[in-house]
Amino acid sequence: MSVDVLDKPPVTSHPVTRRGPAGSQQSKVVLVHLLLWGYALVAVGPLIFMVVNSFRPGAEIFNDPLGLPTGAYFGNYVEAWQEAQFGTYFANSVLVVVSAVFVGTAVSAMAAYPLGRYTFRGHGVFTAYFIAGLTLPIRLAAVPIFYLLGSMGLIDSRIGVALVYAASGVPFSIFILTAFFRGLPRELEDAARIDGAGEFRIFALVMLPLVKPALATVALFQFVQLWNDFFFPLILLRTTEKYTLPVGLTFFFGQYQTDWGAVFAGLVITTMPLVVVFLLLTRQVVNGLVAGMSK
Amino acid sequence: MRGRPAGGNRGPSARVLAVFLLPALALYTVFIVYPLFSALQYSLFEWTGTARQGFLGLQNFAALFTVFPYDEQLIVAFWHNCLFFIGTMAVQNTLGLLFAMLLHRRRFGKRLFQTLYTLPYMVSPIVVGYLWLLLLRPQFGALNVLFENIGFDFLARPWLGDPDTALPVVILINAWQWLGFPMLLFGAALAGIPDEYDDAARVDGATGWRAFRYVTLPLLTPAIGTVTVLTFIGNFNEFSLVYAVGGSQGNPAFSTDVLGLLFYRTAFEGGLNAIGRSSALAVLMFVFIFGIAVVANRYLRKRERELT
Repeated sequence: MSVDVLDKPPVTSHPVTRRGPAGSQQSKVVLVHLLLWGYALVAVGPLIFMVVNSFRPGAEIFNDPLGLPTGAYFGNYVEAWQEAQFGTYFANSVLVVVSAVFVGTAVSAMAAYPLGRYTFRGHGVFTAYFIAGLTLPIRLAAVPIFYLLGSMGLIDSRIGVALVYAASGVPFSIFILTAFFRGLPRELEDAARIDGAGEFRIFALVMLPLVKPALATVALFQFVQLWNDFFFPLILLRTTEKYTLPVGLTFFFGQYQTDWGAVFAGLVITTMPLVVVFLLLTRQVVNGLVAGMSK
Repeated sequence: MRGRPAGGNRGPSARVLAVFLLPALALYTVFIVYPLFSALQYSLFEWTGTARQGFLGLQNFAALFTVFPYDEQLIVAFWHNCLFFIGTMAVQNTLGLLFAMLLHRRRFGKRLFQTLYTLPYMVSPIVVGYLWLLLLRPQFGALNVLFENIGFDFLARPWLGDPDTALPVVILINAWQWLGFPMLLFGAALAGIPDEYDDAARVDGATGWRAFRYVTLPLLTPAIGTVTVLTFIGNFNEFSLVYAVGGSQGNPAFSTDVLGLLFYRTAFEGGLNAIGRSSALAVLMFVFIFGIAVVANRYLRKRERELT
């Protein structure tokens, strides 16, 4: 019954003859499967290729670019991690991104709580002010941000990058979290209030645990964006010891382009944390993506 | 506890409110809002390095259209962004819709295919750029070797080294990375269409293409609008992928140059008045992207109301 819906509409040029004999139905099913698996290969093939080659010595990759590894060779990773400083880049990325996500989510949750639960003077103005940030392309403020951090002594500082990152997540996080806080039932809060709990206790002990899924979505969404960001570390960091993975990778690629094995290892090191997160938390990521897209 | 509201609905006192709101307000204002307004102000002055000189009015803006090399590069970069948008709509979003349709109501494997198709989105654009650079190398590049092995020698070319093919290939690479996005959004929209519409169409004898064209497609208008606007914003902000593939110059021969790269060059590799001109470019880009997005959004909302 659902075969018509599953059809690939634009290709067939004879719509009238489509409800033909069972044979043509079958061939359509085959075609759909071919398409789906074919594109699955296109989507994942390059990534598999990247991982496979990261376990092959550079010379082997040159001799046979399409070959399979003859054994698990970890030399590329050792080289990338130690000599090419990917260990340092990795630690910097974790440090900068995790602290930025933590700070960004924490301040957003605090602000979203009164915005979602109460109406007060200036409520509308504050909400609009934060939400306006959803459409602002922060990168276009790169030059003022550069000089602002300069005046604070935070150029070439991981704290500077983390602060800009934390701020960049605020509009989206407040947008999502406000909606979640608004949806919580009032009874719990009233009960806590009768028990003598103050506003901060209600927020931290009653409300916050209830919006955990939203917190996870928001944190994850920021994590993906910030982990992959390349622009701000490119302009704000100067010493290689402070580079995060994307900039470190660029620096490395510029110098060691021909050392393919180590390059592939570097690509994998940069990518793996997110792929692991993604595979563990597909549902939240997908929700986060759709929420982020329909903003 | 102090600052506690007397009644349940009165809301917290101003002091408590301040404690909740101030951290986010401060962070967001200092690092986002203030710099954006500063850019506007910067664009109206002449700069010598980091020292602000006299008020220039709109001369920095005018310089972008009259002074070499900005005048030439601005048009080229802008046109490349337009091509990026057109190409992405034609390839990425059409395929995204197609796969969303194919996966819609599939009982088995839906989640698997969604996951596989969305996987490239998780990869940093920088990694994506380098990975495809390696795959498409003229010598020892896996894809070209593959083409030669299966006898399609004519396909083994320096795809990213040839000014004629570099931009289309970058657009395809970008589509490869982002395809999961429109697919998921269209999938969500399709899931929201009640079955009755399809049944009614079938009763009326509309099948396949006709049912899609006259029943499904109109119902997808809001989703298509959202995807279009977000694609536009994303494409006109393109930076990391093109930087990885062609560096800050949009190599080869500026063939992959886009506004994001031009802005970067003007700001950080530009000459004496870099701050003034790059800020003018930033303001111009913002007004254009934001303006189009707002107008498009308004138009789409109107269309939506007419359709429902």
